[in-house]
Order: sequence, then C-alpha cells, then structure tokens
Amino acid sequence: MRNMLKDLRPEKLRNLVLLLLIFMVLLGFSSVIDNYLNARLFNRISTSVAIFAVLAVGQTLVVLTRNIDLSVGSIVGFTAYIVGQQLSQHNEMTPMTAVLLAIVIGALMGAFNGYFVAYIKIPAIVVTLGTLAIFRTILVEYSDAQTVLAVELPQWIHDLPRMNVFSYERFDLRYVVAGMLIVVIFFQLILRYTSFGRKLYAIGSNPEAAKLTGFANQKIIFIAFILCGALAGLTGFLFLVRIGQVTVVAGIGFELKSVAAVVVGGVNIFGGSGSVLGAFMGAVLIDLIENSLIRWIEISEFWRDALLGILILVSVATDTVIMKKLRTFWLKKQIQTKIDI
Amino acid sequence: MKILKHLKSWEGFLAIILLVIVIVNSLISESFLSIENQINLFVLSIEKVIIVLVMAKIIINAEIDLSVASMMGLSACALGWFVESGMPMTMALIASITIGAIGGAFNGFWITVVKLPSLVVTLAMLIGFRGLARVLIGDRSIKMFPQWFEDLGQQPFFWHIPFSVMIFLVLLICVVIILQYTGFGRHIYIIGINQNVALYSGINVARVKMLLFIFSGIISALAGILYAARLGTVRGDMGLGFELDIITIVLLGGISIFGGSGSIYGVILSILIVLYLRNGMSLSNITGHLQTGVIGVLLILSVLIPNVIEKMNKYLKFRKLQH
Repeated sequence: MRNMLKDLRPEKLRNLVLLLLIFMVLLGFSSVIDNYLNARLFNRISTSVAIFAVLAVGQTLVVLTRNIDLSVGSIVGFTAYIVGQQLSQHNEMTPMTAVLLAIVIGALMGAFNGYFVAYIKIPAIVVTLGTLAIFRTILVEYSDAQTVLAVELPQWIHDLPRMNVFSYERFDLRYVVAGMLIVVIFFQLILRYTSFGRKLYAIGSNPEAAKLTGFANQKIIFIAFILCGALAGLTGFLFLVRIGQVTVVAGIGFELKSVAAVVVGGVNIFGGSGSVLGAFMGAVLIDLIENSLIRWIEISEFWRDALLGILILVSVATDTVIMKKLRTFWLKKQIQTKIDI
Repeated sequence: MKILKHLKSWEGFLAIILLVIVIVNSLISESFLSIENQINLFVLSIEKVIIVLVMAKIIINAEIDLSVASMMGLSACALGWFVESGMPMTMALIASITIGAIGGAFNGFWITVVKLPSLVVTLAMLIGFRGLARVLIGDRSIKMFPQWFEDLGQQPFFWHIPFSVMIFLVLLICVVIILQYTGFGRHIYIIGINQNVALYSGINVARVKMLLFIFSGIISALAGILYAARLGTVRGDMGLGFELDIITIVLLGGISIFGGSGSIYGVILSILIVLYLRNGMSLSNITGHLQTGVIGVLLILSVLIPNVIEKMNKYLKFRKLQH
C-alpha cells in the first residue's frame, strides 16, 4: 500500500482526475440526453478527437519548453489546402505521399517559427502571432480564395474516414483514430523515456540550469517547433480527410482549441510539467463537451463556447491551487520515508 | 547632437518610418493628406486604437489581455439585447459598460487572487465572452438603435471630428498623464520590471493589476459600443480577431512583451504607422487579407530589428576594444 502511494505522483493523480471527469461528463450527459451512450457516440467523438489530439500533442511539445505556438491553426489550413489541391490535380497520388507531403509542409512552417524563436530569440508569442497572420495571408493570396471541391478529390479521401482497422459489434476503430493513438503513444514514450524528451522538461522548468548543464537549448527548442509544425501538418491532412473539401478558412481558431486542450490536460503553460497523455485527455474532454452540448436540446448550442471558457479556467485553477498543495504534501512524504529508512 | 541621439532610439526609428510612409502615401494619392481622409482613417479603426491605449499599460505591467476583442463583441451584443428587450437607450449603454467592468474584474480576480497566468485566463475568456455574446443574440443581427446613437459613430460631432475620435483623444491625454506623471503609472512600470521588488517596496501589486483589468474591460466595452454605433448593427462575431492587430500596434510601439519598458509616445507613433500603412494599401487597392499579412510581418520585424541593432552595437564595441 505504501509503495502504491509512493508511486502515485501528483501528476499521475492529475491524469486520474481527468479520467474521472470524463466519466462524470459522460454520465451527466447520458442522464439528460435520450439514447446518448451508444456506439455512434463513440465513433463520432473518436473521429473528431483524432484531429485535435494530434494538434494538442504538437502543442504540448512546444508548451513544455516554455513557448507557445499560436500559428498551428494557419498551418492546418495551409497544409490541408495544399494537399487537397495537389490531390485534385494529381489524382493518382498515393495516400502515403499525401501524408508525407502534409508532414513536410507543416515541418517547414514549424521550422520557420522555430528558427526565429530559438536562434534569433524573439518571444514565441510574437513570432507565432505574426505567422498566424502571415501563413493565412499566403494561403488566401496563393489560392485566390478558391475552394477545393469534394468532387475534385480522389475517391479514397472520401472512403478513408469510414474505413475500420477492426470493429467490435458496432464500435469501430477507424484508421484515422488508430493513427492518432499511435501518435499519442509514440510521443508519450518519447517524452517519458528518451533524453530528448527529458531535455524538453528540463528546458521548460529552468532554461538557465539546462543551458549550464550543457544542453543545446536552441537546437532542442528548434526541433520542438519543427515537430509541432509537422504534427499540425498531419492534422491538416486529417482535417482534409474528415471534411472532404477545403476552403481558405479551414482551421481558423484551431490554435485556441489546441492550447485549451493542452491546458485542460494539465500541461503547465509556463513549461516544465505535463504529459502528452494528459493533453490527449484534455482534447477528449473538450470534444466530448462540445459534441454533447450540440445534442442537448434544452440548452442552446450557443452556450458551448461560454462553458468551454469556464471549463478551461476551472481546470487551470485546480491545477495551480490543488496541485501545488499536493506536490508539497507528496514531497514531505517522500522526505519522511527517506528519513525512516 | 541631441537630435541624433533621439533618432537612435526606437521612437526616432519609428518617426523615420512614419515619415517615409507619409511621403509614399501622399505620392500615391493626393487625397491622403486631406482632413477628411485623415479623420476617416481614424474613424475606421477607432475601436482598435482606443483599446491599444489600455493594452499598452497591461503589457508594460508584464501581463496580457487577449479577451479584449471578445469583450467588444459581448458588450455590443448586450447593448443590442437590452435595446431589443425594451430598455431605454441610456440605461442600456450604462448596463453594457457595467458588463465590461464586471468582465474585467472577473479576469482580474483569476489573475490576482487565484494567481493564474493572464495569458491563460484571458485566452479562456476570449472563448468565454464570445460564447456569452452568442448566447445573448445567437446568430442574428440586431439593428434597432435610435438615430442619435448611430450619429455618434458616423456624423461629425465637433468641427470635423466624430464623437468616437473625441473619446480617443481624451483617453490619450489621460493615459499619457497617468503613465508618465503619476505614481500609479510608475507602479505599472516597476511591477512590469520586477514584481517581487515591487511587492517588497510596498506597492499593492494586486490592486494595480485589478484596476488595470477592470479598466481594460470598461474600455473594451466602450470600444464595442462605438463599433456598434459606427456600423449601426450588432452581431455575435463583431471584432473577431482584433486582438492580433491591437497587440501588434503595442509591440511595434517598442513596448517589450516581457513588460517594464517602452513609452506611450512610441505607441502613438506606431498607431499612426499602422493606420497610415493600412490606408495607403487601401488607396492602392490592396485587399484586407494582404494587409493583415503585412501587419504580421511588421509584428515580427518590430522585435527583430531592435535585436539586430543591439547585436551590431555589441559587435562594434567589441571591435573598438580590440583596437
């Protein structure tokens, strides 16, 4: 029992609380909406989460290093449009090439952000606020505000969102969802077990100390931005697949949603703590609430954003107030057990 | 010699850029320098530049308020909603300004009492206030304002100057006096430089921050009302994305995003630069989206250039020492 308590770090507790919260929200909605808990809900939420979870993972990497990427919405729109346009002109392109194209474009845009943040040392919020506008402008000018129509896209784009890896009764595990899960698990492992991942935390919790330890801070932040851009590019592809057409306004406002997911998921906005798993659950929670409120007939769907704002505040407040107390409590316990030994 | 020294500062640099823009603009179009155009270009962005004045203070204080544009939308929608439900116009105006104050105090509460980062709080309220605006009037638009209210935003009030520009000028004078000549203004700077030092010197940091955010809420609500008066109609998505423009103008004015430095004079120059640039682009038929992109480039440059200059200065000093 004692060992279990020792293993239960506050951060783990945070994730458990998040999980509990998701269940409570599910229960709450199922009591007010008829015929709520079913396979269709699972399928709908999982496909819609697939988009935001990937974006939130990228945002997590950047936020961990004490930076922020507000340009992801424009990157998503840009890659979705370019990939859509290429697919409409070259119908023979394979799915793999399309995914790679999206990731490469996204990574390039992320590198642009990262270069200015890491090497020229302009605050991330300034750079990405600027590129948020710049990337969108390039897209609108380049595309002449034309829409890539659904009929121009190859058939596999329209088939992909409904293709299952396997399905149990009526619960389907779609390909896009599986892809998202792989991304989440992959980056969770990287953050947890590789030196690159640990360095992200180190830089976020104390940049000076990390530098004195001999970490290549600039390079690591640069890579974090590239990865964030690449994941935003992947999100662009997923967005294209899900919607089946692209306009030049695709992805507007996604940056806020990704930051919201990260923050609700318990990643500290000042860097240094949090996990990809948490961000993933944050994305699930937000999406669950958004998608369920639309179906709750007694409440106007316009309440969605107002509630979302409050939710973010409350979750961050609990994070700072309660987690701080828990952490000191836990540390005291740790020291005490050491003394006992 | 003293003039040269002034020119080397950020404000001097801005003044030169402003001069270039004015010359280019007046070459592009003869009507640029006419009083009508000058006032008109102010009227067209008056909501933004009013908020810029408060945002400058908040960023000097090392905080940020991303919720201003949503607050504009909320106050305007609340005004429409009150008027629609039969409240007299003056009462509705007072009520929606009060909403601004309450919203600002709400932000301030989470920042000063719960001690959350203002970036997160106001980001949440960027979504939240906008959501409330939509709750109030949904996706309809309301236009049933009395004629005198619409005149406020559109007709000349005194000489050629409309009411909204008068408000801006009055606010500008207030802000200059407060920032440069009062203890409160000095406190804002000190807190921005080092919050702990401010705390230990006996400054009531929480009170200053709270006042700033309430002030920001009130001014944003006022800007929303002026916007409603200018357009003559309110909608849920009013002022969407204005925060980008507002923050850009503030940062371009030489105010550091980390707080504590920058002056209101730089901000005045950068207001003129951005307005003239947009006006010049409109005069030469460049569309709104490209304008936003140019402003984005400007935002990055505004931080990049001082960095480069500083590095060059260091290098020159190093060279001097070697000889």
